[in-house]
Amino acid sequence: MAVKLEFVQQPRATQALIDAWIMIKRSSTHILRNTDQLLGTFFQPIMFLVLFATVFGGSIEKALPPGVKYLDFLMAGIIVQTVAFGSTTTAIAVCNDLQKGIVDRFRSLPMNNLAVLTGHVVSDLLRNTISTLVMIVTGLVMGFRSSASLRDWLLITGILLLFTFSFSWLTAIVGIIAKSVEAVQWLTFVIIFPLTFASSAFVDPAHMPAGLRAFADNQPITQVIDAVRALILGTPIGNAGWISVGWSVAILLISIPVASILFRRKSTS
Amino acid sequence: MNAKKAITHNLRNYFNIFLRFFLMHGAVIVVPMKNDDVIQVQGLTKAYGKNKVLRGIDLTVQKGTMLALLGPNGAGKTTTVRILSTLLSYDEGSVQVSGHDVKAKPDEVRSVIGLTGQSAAIDEMLTGRENLIMMGRLYRLTKKSATERAQELLEQFDLVDAADRPAKTYSGGMRRRLDLAVSLIAAPPIIFLDEPTTGLDPRSRLAMWDIIKRLMAAGTTILLTTQYLEEADQLADRIVVIDGGKVIAEGTASQLKSKVGKDRLELTFKDEATHVAALQSLQKMVADSDDKEYELSVIINDTNKDVKKVLDKLDAARVPILSMTVHKPTLDDVFLSLTGKVKQKEDK
Repeated sequence: MAVKLEFVQQPRATQALIDAWIMIKRSSTHILRNTDQLLGTFFQPIMFLVLFATVFGGSIEKALPPGVKYLDFLMAGIIVQTVAFGSTTTAIAVCNDLQKGIVDRFRSLPMNNLAVLTGHVVSDLLRNTISTLVMIVTGLVMGFRSSASLRDWLLITGILLLFTFSFSWLTAIVGIIAKSVEAVQWLTFVIIFPLTFASSAFVDPAHMPAGLRAFADNQPITQVIDAVRALILGTPIGNAGWISVGWSVAILLISIPVASILFRRKSTS
Repeated sequence: MNAKKAITHNLRNYFNIFLRFFLMHGAVIVVPMKNDDVIQVQGLTKAYGKNKVLRGIDLTVQKGTMLALLGPNGAGKTTTVRILSTLLSYDEGSVQVSGHDVKAKPDEVRSVIGLTGQSAAIDEMLTGRENLIMMGRLYRLTKKSATERAQELLEQFDLVDAADRPAKTYSGGMRRRLDLAVSLIAAPPIIFLDEPTTGLDPRSRLAMWDIIKRLMAAGTTILLTTQYLEEADQLADRIVVIDGGKVIAEGTASQLKSKVGKDRLELTFKDEATHVAALQSLQKMVADSDDKEYELSVIINDTNKDVKKVLDKLDAARVPILSMTVHKPTLDDVFLSLTGKVKQKEDK
């Protein structure tokens, strides 16, 4: 061997950060090289927005407070729906890693193994940011206008990033538990689909049957949508902002340790 | 796993940690480790529920040598390697790699081992070079060292042309080479090779053997698992044969072969009449006979004398021979006789 090998000596915490950074770069490279998925990242939000706005717009606008355009109302809901569905890519990526031998390789290295999950979650955040930007630009083209100030937009960004981050950790658990990528797809679908439809995403829950309404009013996605919508439309935000942040933090506090334990257990059995 | 199970599982783990602490310290005093045994496994057991995969494996590997773990599918080879490389926990026994207990000091063990598993553990979306550099960084190499070492390995493993293509475009042989290169990125002194040539075409297998021989020449300690006797015979200094989670034989290739016994002369005849005539003329010399295939075999101690004796007898009785071979015991024979015996014992 001609090359003289030099090793880095750093405290454990610094090493863990470096490991996470290496894994984030890895997962982001996956996203950029997976052209099929990348196309979906661009076209799915456009399709959703155009379909919902044109199909439901005419009927639902009548039920909205006077002066509120359906497109402006829809924007918050469809952004949150898109990032909720987008967070499932974490589950697929985690499941893929576990199916192939690569996790064994990582575990045989003197690295922080949680970094594998962190890499997927953070790069998913990046992909979802692209989706959201595409959606906002499409909305603007279609006539979406907002009275939100720069401060409001920063708040919106913060709430959405935190929500996406927490949901990605949540779906990472699905990716660990599921036995195949197909299972991940339907599992995340049956979780995310009801959550996004039984919410304030597309219609006002006030017109839903009582039981469903109680669920819709109190579940995390509605809170996130209500907070973002209030900031976009310039209506009073009430407690929605704090409650949505609370939900995201609660999901994070539970799902990060659960995902780490399950990941370790799954990869050692 | 339900909550109750999880709690008992955890309690058992804590208990094990205490137990191991005492055992470990006791063991260190009673049996000081020999410096040249870099891998020491004693009484290793592992069960999945009621399915006992390992039933007490003992093995040692001396520094700079290669041990082949030989056994059929399901013998426990991969389980053993996964335990030695910290990927899997075990139930009882002690496992030391380079002087570190694999349960107590997994990170210390990980920094001195390289692992090449059965399925190529590489990132298919990344290029060969990116794979190498990434793994090098995770092994704690500096960026500069990782980059230089990656280039060196790409050259050594004949992957320079494909270095900047995603690994998913690689052939099976290239993937295995990249996989092995990845496990060598930090030049670990101990390498685990879990069936490194399974599923490779003959040419790729020879190329892999070449690489492994070079590693041995460089002084790397290697534990290789294989189902191919030829592979163990060709490469390993010592062979441990396992079956059903137990060691059933160990030694050098020639020691194992001598256990199976002597050379044999195998004779085939044209039809039943000549076969019977041959049996009558050779009488007690016949060690084994197959009436359907018109074959028989004679154990020979001295090739020249004994073969001549057989030929003289058959000539005298005017029995024509269809074909004749001298069969020297191969590791296949060792393997079949050993694993066969174990099966019979269990059946009784």
